[in-house]
Amino acid sequence: MASLKALKDRRNSVRSTQKITKAMKMVAAAKLRRAQAAAEAGRPYAEKLAQVMASLASKVQVGPGASPLIAGTGSDKRHLLVVATSERGLAGAFNTNIVRAARKAADQLIAEGKDVRFYLIGKKGRAVISRLYPGKIVHQVDQSHIKNVGFIDALEVSRDLIARYEAGEYDVAHLFFARFRSALVQEPTQLQLIPVPLAPAVETQASGTSAVVEYEPDEETILAELLPRNIAIQLFRAMLENAASEQGSRMTAMDNATRNAGDLINRLSIQYNRSRQAAITTELIEIIAGAEAL
Amino acid sequence: MALNFTLVTPEKQLRSEQVHMVVVPGTEGDFGVLEGHAPLMAVIRSGELQVFSGPATVVARIHVEGGFAEVNEQGLTVLAEAAREVA
Repeated sequence: MASLKALKDRRNSVRSTQKITKAMKMVAAAKLRRAQAAAEAGRPYAEKLAQVMASLASKVQVGPGASPLIAGTGSDKRHLLVVATSERGLAGAFNTNIVRAARKAADQLIAEGKDVRFYLIGKKGRAVISRLYPGKIVHQVDQSHIKNVGFIDALEVSRDLIARYEAGEYDVAHLFFARFRSALVQEPTQLQLIPVPLAPAVETQASGTSAVVEYEPDEETILAELLPRNIAIQLFRAMLENAASEQGSRMTAMDNATRNAGDLINRLSIQYNRSRQAAITTELIEIIAGAEAL
Repeated sequence: MALNFTLVTPEKQLRSEQVHMVVVPGTEGDFGVLEGHAPLMAVIRSGELQVFSGPATVVARIHVEGGFAEVNEQGLTVLAEAAREVA
């Protein structure tokens, strides 16, 4: 049986841990609200862009002269997996889930005889990936200095990705991130970034009532202009969703931790009180026994 | 005074209002959009976008950075990479 003092110290230590997890939960909740608002604010742009892309795609033939960002490099041998994780831990299974999704895809690609490389955004995926796929990490984007993800950050990453694509470093790029469903549910998601997968055009817009749209400059130029932008916006949305998911996941994890700490404190308190009582009883018996002996 | 003008950046929707005319800096030259403009899709360059509330009254100048503009039956939508009001 642990001594009274040891039990008391233990209880105090759990109590201060509980205070920390509680504070982290509150902070995560506040940050989650902000991250969610940011994700909401970005929606109109993304929706509009998707609309425009779809209506353009229905008009432009993907021929040999088309931008390699749509048409591809003609091979699909080398895959780049862009894995977006968080910069900080203690967010439950958030990073594990994203890395697991990336690993699953990587193993499948490797089994098909493809060459797989990793491009990391955030540092939390690095340890696992560098252990399992040594030497396959081409680059890691450090976001630890960024407080709120801005479009400019996404733009930088997308420029780097496109430059590497044009330099012929890879043929296909996939993006892994956690889609935000709710504070409780985050879905690890895989998305093909490059070449840009063109959604089947919405027929209603193309055929019929809408008047002929004038293009300035021509469709191909606009599309070429739009493609890198589309990649940037996809990345930006993924980063925003990831930020919201991270906070949601952390909030849930810290809520659980706070509750577990509470349970532990209760258990320790009961144990402490019992041992205290036992100690008093023993002492009383000793006194009475001593008095009787006289 | 009935052109629906929407200005959005990836970070947020900046404006959504009824105006008289908007002058947009296109890559092939500035162009004004009034109500009932023919459907158009244009790439814009970095430059100043002017919002008119009447034939000769500029209510806002907005510096936009790259992007594109779309005119359809619903009005004008400008998607800019970045935008900031110029006093």
